Amino acid sequence: MRSQLRRYCALLLLATPVVLWATDQSWKNHVSESDRSRTNPYTSHPDAVAAGARVFADHCAKCHGVDALGNGKRPSLRTPEVQEAKDGELFWLLKNGFLRRGMPSWSSLPEPTRWQVVTYVKSLGLSSEDHSSERKDNRK
Amino acid sequence: MRSLLGYAQATVNIRHGLCCLVLIFLLQGVCFSQEPPYFVTYSQVLEEPGNLELALRSAVGTPQYGNQFRSATLELEYGATGWWTTEVYLSGQNTANDSTIFTGYRWENRFRPLPREHFINPVLYVEYENLNEADRSLLEVVGNDNQADLRVPNSEARQETERSLETKLILSSNFRGWNVSENFIAEKDLNESGPWEFGYALGASRPLALAASAKECAFCRERFMVGAELYGGLGTTDGFGLKSTSQYAGPTISYDIPKGPTATFGVNFGLTDNSVGTIYRFKLSYEIEQVFRSFKRAQ
Repeated sequence: MRSQLRRYCALLLLATPVVLWATDQSWKNHVSESDRSRTNPYTSHPDAVAAGARVFADHCAKCHGVDALGNGKRPSLRTPEVQEAKDGELFWLLKNGFLRRGMPSWSSLPEPTRWQVVTYVKSLGLSSEDHSSERKDNRK
Repeated sequence: MRSLLGYAQATVNIRHGLCCLVLIFLLQGVCFSQEPPYFVTYSQVLEEPGNLELALRSAVGTPQYGNQFRSATLELEYGATGWWTTEVYLSGQNTANDSTIFTGYRWENRFRPLPREHFINPVLYVEYENLNEADRSLLEVVGNDNQADLRVPNSEARQETERSLETKLILSSNFRGWNVSENFIAEKDLNESGPWEFGYALGASRPLALAASAKECAFCRERFMVGAELYGGLGTTDGFGLKSTSQYAGPTISYDIPKGPTATFGVNFGLTDNSVGTIYRFKLSYEIEQVFRSFKRAQ
């Protein structure tokens, strides 16, 4: 009876990380509502895309590729999952990272810089025509 | 004459080391690390997975009634995973009117136990050291480390090798562009049944600009980071406290050279009679992106 109990305990201990891993696949599940609803102060800032692109080239391109299309196991940032994510969600991901999946935390970058990166990443999903019209709108 | 030869040899060695670093830098992609400009204090920042940071750091100081020493340490830091960074240090030093010697190596590992960012972020640090007593890298100060230790001639000091285990609890916070880090150090000599030695390091730093500029610029403010460090010994299990310890404090500054390495400079002032008056520190670090992927591509 005791050995059977031990076997169940061992099985439970072994199974726990597997279950946790399986239920922890998407980083979006961890973002709180308050973080998700945060607004990007750089959305309509005329230079934010260019500034974010510079930071992206320095810190992010090494894994996600210069064109943000991904690199090996590192995901593309032009996928619907990223492009349809809210700015607050992407900002949360930059701050916290997803360490288990290889995404480091970028909390040491100041907040304004991280928002600039979010602005740049979101600009990648727009076609070049949309992008130029958005820039014209911003200038107005 | 001997010291002149030693100094010349050290210069040649450092020149060779720098040439190798420059070559590697030219062959690989280089990017900037996000590390604060500390020499002794560790923050929560780990190496990005797959990246290798090469750094050459030196400390120059003159103990009272002793000869000037110049240490050189080569640092190889690799991001194994998002939560684990492993690092090897190779150290040597040159002492004026004495000699130039290799002093030993360190192997350290840092782990982030918590997957998310918190107001205070802990990092666990474990290091194995195999250094002789002539080591002058001063990467940490523990126990009752004293400037008198730095006066011992190399020929005598190198006879004794210390194999020790060093652990650190790193606590670090980022808020409003500031980084504030606190390290608590405990070190045990594995050769002897001596007491545990304790130390601490505190650091605070901030970039000069919080937002990046849209245009490429060599001297824009976000490329500079300024900070200050305070570190020293805290005695041993036999006598805990600040009595008979060496303590240092001073400013640091780092600069991200455009499309190049990061240069960091710091001056540490001795705060007690046991401390060296002034220690000048310099560090040049390159981060090579996705190092093993580059090797695979080359094959």
